[in-house]
Amino acid sequence: MLVSQQQKLQDEIQALVGRHGRTRAALMPVLQELQERHASVSDFAMQVVADELGIHPAEVYGVVSFYAFLHHQPRGRFQIRLCQTISCDLGGKARVARQLENELGIRFGETTPDGRFSLEWASCLGMCDQGPALLVNDRVYTRVSPEQVHRILDDCRKVFGAHAAQSAHAAHA
Amino acid sequence: MQPTSSKKTPLTFDTIAAGQGLAAALKKSRADIIGEVSASNLKGRGGAGFPTGTKWNLAAAAQVHEGGAKYVVCNADEGEPGTFKDRVLLLDYADLVFEGMTIAARAIGATRGILYLRGEYVYMRPHLEAVLARRRKDGQLGADILGTAGFTFDIEVRMGAGAYVCGEETALIESLEGHRGEPRNRPPFPVNTGFLGQPTVVNNVETLAAVSAILARGAAWFKAMGTERSAGFKLFSVSGDCAEPGVYEFPLGITIAEMLEKVGGTGAKAVQIGGASGTCVPAAAFGRRIAFEDVATGGSIIVFGQGRDMLHVAKNFMEFFVEESCGQCTPCRAGNAKLLEGVEMLERGACSSAYLQELLALCETMQLASKCGLGQSSPNAFVSIMTHFQDEILGRTVAAH
Repeated sequence: MLVSQQQKLQDEIQALVGRHGRTRAALMPVLQELQERHASVSDFAMQVVADELGIHPAEVYGVVSFYAFLHHQPRGRFQIRLCQTISCDLGGKARVARQLENELGIRFGETTPDGRFSLEWASCLGMCDQGPALLVNDRVYTRVSPEQVHRILDDCRKVFGAHAAQSAHAAHA
Repeated sequence: MQPTSSKKTPLTFDTIAAGQGLAAALKKSRADIIGEVSASNLKGRGGAGFPTGTKWNLAAAAQVHEGGAKYVVCNADEGEPGTFKDRVLLLDYADLVFEGMTIAARAIGATRGILYLRGEYVYMRPHLEAVLARRRKDGQLGADILGTAGFTFDIEVRMGAGAYVCGEETALIESLEGHRGEPRNRPPFPVNTGFLGQPTVVNNVETLAAVSAILARGAAWFKAMGTERSAGFKLFSVSGDCAEPGVYEFPLGITIAEMLEKVGGTGAKAVQIGGASGTCVPAAAFGRRIAFEDVATGGSIIVFGQGRDMLHVAKNFMEFFVEESCGQCTPCRAGNAKLLEGVEMLERGACSSAYLQELLALCETMQLASKCGLGQSSPNAFVSIMTHFQDEILGRTVAAH
């Protein structure tokens, strides 16, 4: 990471700590916001958070590695979480899973080489009456059938295209 | 597809006007609020069934330490497989839930409330924040609530991050404090030593909504429903092999057969009551009642049709617990892995009856020796499925799969 990028991240974490408080109880909200913005919490970020909150970095790593929604390895821009628990299983999640792997060319637990998509299993998403269910970031899809998988991924690609165009426009301006 | 409404029956909560319960509570003394809740016989709707009035009494009597404050925490970490009634409550009846928290705060003398929302429900957060903002504007939160001098209380939403174990109240508190979600030893209980070491009431979403209804309509009205030991109405999350899966309201004490008829699930092979941590009830026992004194549940009902392979069901549950065990204590961490391994042996047709008996003995150890409710209840599904469906499980040939 470039020094300027490190500095930027450090400033960002200081601002987050300023907002959530310089206490251990602020750790989760700080990590959750970092996760949301950067799709992971890097080693460097964990070190800075530890310094800011006055705790050992191993404590921060312990927390990041405990929770399924926090990652210290980079993840895709779109995190796809397919529910693997019983009702979605009865509803046919196995075929949806296979089709997700086919469309993305990756297995569960992997990220596409272009950094767009990560594929993960999730435990019960609370959509049991409308399974199989999956989350794409914070958006829920229900009653997903194998033939709908392609369209869900296309929705994401469109959003990604729009954002890419926006940032290109911003850079140009 | 986009999610659709899960509500299948009109709910009693539809008939409770927002604000009525809180207004009634503010006319009562603190002791009388708790008295009303105790008299209603309301038991915790998360599944454990602890009497809400008793919990509040303990928290009301507890001393605040060194300039801190008491807390009311709403447990919205609805993670039990097959449970989704809190999703409906949070989306359609958020006012009743926040009102219940405010009533609890009044009763125990709390000044801060936290709604711990599971990470999977992050899409509800903007809605919940909007309801909170409106309540602040209307004087239902903040300083001197509804003109009651000295009654100050506010609520913040905190997010979980995908850990089932955080539905256990001490793990939830650990998570709020910025730690791994590892349950604490109990005692001390959160009513004395909870969030930041302060007296804390942790109640389920549905419990808090029910509190608003009880204060609005009175304990006698609530108690008239249900059975003697399981008062009131209850929401059920029904999924699996039935015509009309969704959220239903039934009085406690309903038999499994009656329920199956209402949800279009008659002729089922078995029903899982209480989610992955609950028990699997075979058709022969569908006359049993869903109540704290018979088959208890936080509301999860999963229907298995005739064609379902019960070993596959057991495997799904064991995979869930291997994934979700926090790993802190050995009976749960190693026990669940051993049970999953046993299921895989059974799948291959490579498990002797003697070894199955050893696994069932291990289940007993896990129930007795695990530190928290997760480990203690994780073998329930395995035990009930192995007991009731042994004839379809033993002696499998690999070709069958």
